[in-house]
Order: sequence, then structure tokens, then C-alpha cells
Amino acid sequence: MEIFDLTIHELHEKLKAKEVSSVEATRAMLDRIEAVDSQVNAYITVTPEQALVQAEDADRRIAAGEIAPLTGIPVGLKDIFVTKGIRTTCGSRILENFVPPYDGTAVARLKEQGAVIVGKLNQDEFAMGSSNESSYFGPCKNPWDLSCTPGGSSGGSAAAIAARTATATLGTDTGGSIRQPASHCGCVGLKPTYGRVSRYGVIAYASSLDQVGPLTRDVTDSALLLGAVAGYDPRDSTSVNTPVPDYLASLAKGVKGMKIGLPKQYFIEGLDPDVKRAMDEAIALYQSLGADIREVSLPNTEYAVATYYIIATAEASANLARYDGVRFGHRAEDARGLAQMYSKSRAEGFGPEVKRRIMLGTYALSSGYYDAYYVKAQKVRTLIQQDFLNAFKEVDVLLTPIAPTPAFKIAEKLEDPLQMYLSDIFTIPVNLAGTCGISVPAGFSAAGLPIGLQLVGKPFGEQEILTAAYSFERETKWHLKKAPL
Amino acid sequence: MKYQVVIGLEVHTQLTTNTKIFCGCSTRFGAEPNSQTCPVCLGLPGALPVLNRQVVEYAIRAGLATNCSITKRNVFARKNYFYPDLPKGYQISQFDLPICQHGHLDIEVEGEKKRIGITRIHMEEDAGKLVHADIPGVDDSCVDLNRACTPLLEIVSEPDMRSPDEAIAYLKKLHQIVMYLGICDGNLEEGSFRCDANVSLMPVGSTVFGTRAELKNINSFKFIKQAIEYEIERQAEILDDGGKVVQETRLFDPNTGTTRSMRGKEEAHDYRYFPDPDLVPVIISDDWIEKVRGGLPELPETKRARFMSELGLSEYDAEVLVASRELAQYFEDTVALFPQAKTVSNWVMGEVTRALNDDNNRSIAQCPVTPALLADLLKLMEKGTISGKIAKTVFDEMYKTGKTPEKIVEEKGLVQVSDTGAIEAMVDEVLEKNAGQVAEYRGGKETLFGFFVGQVMRASKGKANPAVVNELLLKKLQG
Repeated sequence: MEIFDLTIHELHEKLKAKEVSSVEATRAMLDRIEAVDSQVNAYITVTPEQALVQAEDADRRIAAGEIAPLTGIPVGLKDIFVTKGIRTTCGSRILENFVPPYDGTAVARLKEQGAVIVGKLNQDEFAMGSSNESSYFGPCKNPWDLSCTPGGSSGGSAAAIAARTATATLGTDTGGSIRQPASHCGCVGLKPTYGRVSRYGVIAYASSLDQVGPLTRDVTDSALLLGAVAGYDPRDSTSVNTPVPDYLASLAKGVKGMKIGLPKQYFIEGLDPDVKRAMDEAIALYQSLGADIREVSLPNTEYAVATYYIIATAEASANLARYDGVRFGHRAEDARGLAQMYSKSRAEGFGPEVKRRIMLGTYALSSGYYDAYYVKAQKVRTLIQQDFLNAFKEVDVLLTPIAPTPAFKIAEKLEDPLQMYLSDIFTIPVNLAGTCGISVPAGFSAAGLPIGLQLVGKPFGEQEILTAAYSFERETKWHLKKAPL
Repeated sequence: MKYQVVIGLEVHTQLTTNTKIFCGCSTRFGAEPNSQTCPVCLGLPGALPVLNRQVVEYAIRAGLATNCSITKRNVFARKNYFYPDLPKGYQISQFDLPICQHGHLDIEVEGEKKRIGITRIHMEEDAGKLVHADIPGVDDSCVDLNRACTPLLEIVSEPDMRSPDEAIAYLKKLHQIVMYLGICDGNLEEGSFRCDANVSLMPVGSTVFGTRAELKNINSFKFIKQAIEYEIERQAEILDDGGKVVQETRLFDPNTGTTRSMRGKEEAHDYRYFPDPDLVPVIISDDWIEKVRGGLPELPETKRARFMSELGLSEYDAEVLVASRELAQYFEDTVALFPQAKTVSNWVMGEVTRALNDDNNRSIAQCPVTPALLADLLKLMEKGTISGKIAKTVFDEMYKTGKTPEKIVEEKGLVQVSDTGAIEAMVDEVLEKNAGQVAEYRGGKETLFGFFVGQVMRASKGKANPAVVNELLLKKLQG
């Protein structure tokens, strides 16, 4: 077992026992990145100098007996997290040279614990995509099969776990952007309840849907990393002021008597047979562990994708207005006059998927269309939320697939945005409902690609889905399989 | 004139909170460009707004003072447009749920009272400023974002005004109220109180409004009148020629007193308002409203009525004294110590105001003669220690030196002489020295009486009690 193969909690034990130093662990990780990332392209920016300084700091803290769970652990951040003094691109040309003057809250919380930031991870441009192919910095590849996408938008964050080029990473999830790549890359990815983790310092895609979460090798790490970044932040008005429970404490509670719901609209014709089999096995396993499995209904599921693409793009059209070439980011050189500076800077700076979504959102908000699209979508969103709340009157957690298929080939869906949008059908409703979901490794396809299982919890029910995920992981050990890299 | 003008006003008042509406930066005017900024007001990627609750409180104050109903559930909306002084590419404002609605103000023009409706008051953030100054080596325009994200209230009236004078009366009233409330410094030149005017004409007797033009960039009461008057003329000319007024936004040019087209209806923005997902709705409880109501100062209208009924001031005096909260306060503080309202009123409107005006229009709050000192001075006068004339001299000295009136009177030996014997001696001396004038007076030239009074006062260095002087002179001259 190499240092870079370890989980957070395993490396923590070694750091604490002084079997290995943070500098050693960090160097091992940087070497690993050097060795394999040219094949994977999980990193947009690697920060060896800063990382080693942070590792030295961490070693001093450890020597002084001040070790926290993340002290000295090499982590990677999706390039959507604003990092002081470190270029933050959000996967876009328009921010190619943007170096923020401040750290966001989640990053600050990691730094407070003494985590070591080894670099910034690849993603779909402005988190718009399900394959990491819209990145200006080139597609990220799936470590299990380099001809496949890692999923998206947090493709780099998932691929780095699978490629063992980071011990843990942070991603963001707007419509499945943590859970879907976690599923495709065989790692654990958790999207917390909206408001659980501060969005301050996270570049906004769709503000009412975006949420920060961990991508890790196992469920214990997920609980650990979530605990480190969760909690109220006065800088984010939408963060919720409820106490953060000890997620580790309840992991081993077991699922005996837990009521697990299977939303019938999620188990449909056309589900990939490998995915179907993995789900059936998972259900059988939970049953054998004493869980109470029952069918539930989420009747408005079929409207989720359409609703999402109106709300998310509407918010994005405003969120991305600040990239105008005036104060930071790309500015077209040969523009004449203000209007041309705007149009050329944005035309050059944004890629096609971002432009498509800005136009969709602008249209949905336009005078004469606002009621028919945006207002209607908000009403449907309320109905979808209601579906989940109703289901949770009957069950504790929901079990669903993450995606209809395992990872798809690079370029396979690039020309067909609608196909790409539909691949998020099982994850999007969770964002619309504002509740939490986790992706746990649940087996492999015949072609050897990972398949993930989704557990959806009540609002602020992260403990329950972590407990259910942990029980599953302990029995199956799918998470121990390594990508051939 | 065969046309009736119809005017509605939109006023932007900058609030005097210490910090901006959505971040902790200072709102101080005149700082080094871009020195009062942070990731939030610069609109940096990842930054999020957090509402300054003081702004909500100020808005409630404004709403209560203008008879509005207060909206319980407030939502902020994004108003989308591109301009280099707007960092986020949208302005956070309120749209369909403004904090105050359905209010009114009563104005008075040439003795006629009139009620002007207030449609709405909403909270929003200001934009920054473009600077096209000559900076050596810089060809481009620059952006100063110190003002970005400072809190504003936009106060929108109904189109209820029918003359430029009514518009001015409404604006002055509104200006006075926001100053009384302590929510705006009222500085028109620095842009703390800005006005846009919607102006249209319709034939006299008609009830159907004509097409309006929106006038922007008006930053003094004088310009508002000018801009509206010019606009009436311009539109009347178009209508007289059988033309149609175009709906457009026009910019007022203070140098020429004219307006020119800025953008037409076709170029009007579609602002694509939608609720800002970064901010949660603000719920205003009845308790909060009542707490704010309880803390409201006495407003000018009430104060004026009280000055008339309780203190017996004339309507004119009361009106002048309530012009600003500070002036009224000064007056009342003085009356509290010297309870002769009419005398105090005369002094405040006379000597005090004159001295302040002569002193570069210094504000009453900075007057070196405090209410306590003024009251002391008036007491000396009342006791007869000094004459009214001397009191004015003493006041000037007090203003210059800040000394107490007692000290000045003592130092300069200004105590009034009422001793009949001493004054009689001076009277005798004057009459003796001016025998010729005495003869003339006695011969019927009674206008010379003032001359004798002046001579005696001069001899006494102004200290002689004028009443005693008059009495003695009259007796002696007639005798």
C-alpha cells in the first residue's frame, strides 16, 4: 500500500503515530500526480510550492501535538473554489489568469485544520456539464478506462480519487455534479442538504442549487470531510444555522429496521442492465441486513430535468454577467467601444455549453416568457420538493441509481446536449428538493466500469444516508478495488 | 397654456448607514478610489451578499413617515443589465414586493394644500462611478467602486403633480423628512438625494395622460424646476406642431438648461428581474414595525403645529424653525432654558441665522453660541442688565470667542445704565452742547428727537437704558 492509496483516516493514524510526515505524504502525492496526471488530466493547476509549505506547517502542528483529522492530509479542490493567491479558473478561458485575493469559507475551514492543498481540479466549464468535456483545459479522463469520461461536472475531483492523486477532494453539486462522477469513478461522493455547507467563495453556477461536498475513497472519509466543512457561515445568507452532528459517531449504527424507499419512477425501462443488476443486488443486501424496503412514489420526477434547465440556466445567466472583461478575467484585445468589449470578451471567454445555458436562461427570464418558464418552473420545483417530503413521511432514506448507465465514452454525447442533460435524471430532483444524497460504489459493469448507488436523505438527514452507505460499504468492499493506473 | 403638465418623481436617497447594504465596507464619501471595496462589492467570483438590517430599519422609518403600508415579506430581486460601474452585471433591488407601498405626502403651494401619492419605496444597492478624468498615461475610462453597494431607497411618487412648483414642494418636503428621520444626509451635490422626473402633457380638461419623457441627472432643486420647465416647452412645441411626444429617457444638461435624448423606448432594457437566490426573504414582524414607529422623531408637520398651538408662534416663524431638525432642536433647547418662545424665535431667525450665514453657511449644530449660552444672553437682556442693542454686540462677541455673555459684559463693562441721575447728567450735557438743535426742535423740527437719543447713547457708550433716555429727553425738551 502506497501513501497515496490511503484514506484520510488511515493517513491520519500514520501521521499521528509519526510513521510518516505530512511533507512525505505530500511529496508522494505530488510525485504521483507527476507520474499519472498527464494521462488523466484531473488537475488544472498543481501547487507544489504552496503544498510543501502547508505540509511543513502541518508537521509543526503535529509535532506540537495539535493534530486535527485533516492536518497534513493532501487534498485537491475543484477549480470552482476561490483560493487566495492560487489561480482559479472554473474550467473557463474567461478566468484563465484569475488569481483571487481571498479564500472561500470551505477552503478556509480546511486550512484551519491544516489540510494541504495540492492543486485545483478539472471540471466542466462553470460546472455546466456531466462529462468534464466542456472544460477549457481539456477533458478529464476516467482512470478506469481512459477512453471514457469521468462524469461531471466535478470530473477532476472524482478522477483524482480514482487515480489516487489526492487523498480526498471537494466538489460541488448543482444537478449531480458530485454524485455522478463519484459513481463513474468508483468513489464516495456526497451532496449535502442545501444550506449545510457555505457557498461563500464557490463560483456560482445556479445559486439556489449549488452545494459543496466531499469526494472520498470511503464513507468514513466522507463523514469526516463533511464534518470539517459543514456549518453556518454568516457570509452566506442561505447557509442554515443548525448544529453539525458528529457524522462519524453514527456511522456504525446499522440499517436494521431502517425504512428504505424505492421510488418507482426511478426503476424504469431502459435502465442499463448492469446498473439494474447492481441495484437489485444492493436492495437484496439491505434486505438481508434487516432494512425495511418499500416502494414509494415521486410523481413529478418526469418534470425534473426540464425544471432544472430553466431554473439553473436562469440563475446562471445572471451569475455569469460579472464576467464582462471590466475588472478581472479575459478581455478581448482588439475591441472598439464598450459594447464590443463585452461581446468579444464573452464570445472568446466562454465555451459553447456555457453560451447555450446563458442564452437559455436569458430567454426564460425575458419579458413575456418569465411567467411561462421561470415562474412555472418554480411552481413545479415546489411540487417536486413536496414529493420528497411526502415520501419521507413513509421512509427514512431513498435508494436509487445515480445514472442510467456507467461512464460513457468521451465525445459520445457531446453533439447531443439533450442526451447529456437526460443522464442526470436521477440526481437533479435531489437538488431541486434541496435535500442530501450520497453515491456509494455498488459494483462494476461487464466492461469493468464502476457503478454507483444513490441514497437520498431527508433535509439535514446526512447522518442517516452515511449510516446506510457505511453498512453497505462494510459488506461489499467495492470501494477497495483500484483503478488500473 | 392649453396643456396640463403631469409630473411623477422618482427619488433615490442614499442612506447614512456606516456600512454598505450587502457587505461591511464603509460608505464614507470622497475616499481614495476603490479603497472602500471588498470581494462582495467588487462582484468577485464566489462572493455573496449579506443584508445590512439597518437598511431595512431605515426603509421602515421612511415608509412610516410617508404614510405607507409596510410589506411583511420582502424579497430582493436581481435587475439585470450591463454597465462598467455595475460589478455583478445585475443590481440587487426589489421588484414586485417593495418594502413600502401606498403612502402619501401633503404639500402646500401658494396656500393650496394637496396630497401627493407615494406608489412605492424600495431598497437597492447603488452602482459605482465611471471616471473619465485626465489621468496621465491613461486613455481609458476608470471605474471607482467605492459607491458600489451603498444602500439606496428609491421613492416613487404617483403622477400627481401638476406644476413644477408642486414638484419642488414635494421634493423639499421629502428631503426634509428623510433628513428629520436621520436616514439620509440630503446632500444633492454629492448625489445623496437624486431625482428623476416623468413629465407629460395633456390638453387642459383631459383625464388621459400624454406620452411621458423620463428626465435624468437632475441634482439640485433649481435644476429640477429648469428641467421640467424646459420639458413642458419642448413637448408643447411638438404637440402644437401636430407631432407626437416620443416615450424616451432624456438627460438634463445643467450647462444649457435643456434635455436631450438618451435612449428611446425601443432601446429600453428588459431587466429580466427575478428573485435573488443569494438572499433569503426578509420577514418584518409587527413588533419590529412598532419598535421603529416608537423611535421615530417628531416630524416637521407635527412640530410646526405644536410650535403654533403650544408656543404661540406665527405660522411663518414655525415654518422657518422646523425647516431642519437641528434648527428646531436648537430653538426648543433654548426655549427650555428661556421660556419666551417669541423672543427666542426672533433671535434664532435673526442674529443666529445671520451669523451662521455670514460664517460660510455653517450648520446650526456647529454654532459656537449654544442654546444654553443664548438663553443666558437673553436672561441678561430680560433682567435689564444689558439693552437689546448691546445684546447683539455681545452675541457677536460670543459667536467669535465662545465666551459666556456674563464674561463679555463684565470684561467690556457693558452693563446697562438705568440710574436716572447719571443719565440725566448726560442728557443735560448733550442739550447744552447742542443748543442750536434744541432751539430748532422746540421750533417744531421734532424729527431731531432721534438725533438727541443717538447723542446720549453715544455719550453712554450705548449703555444707557434707552427707555430712561427717551423719557428724560422728552421731559427736558418739552420743559
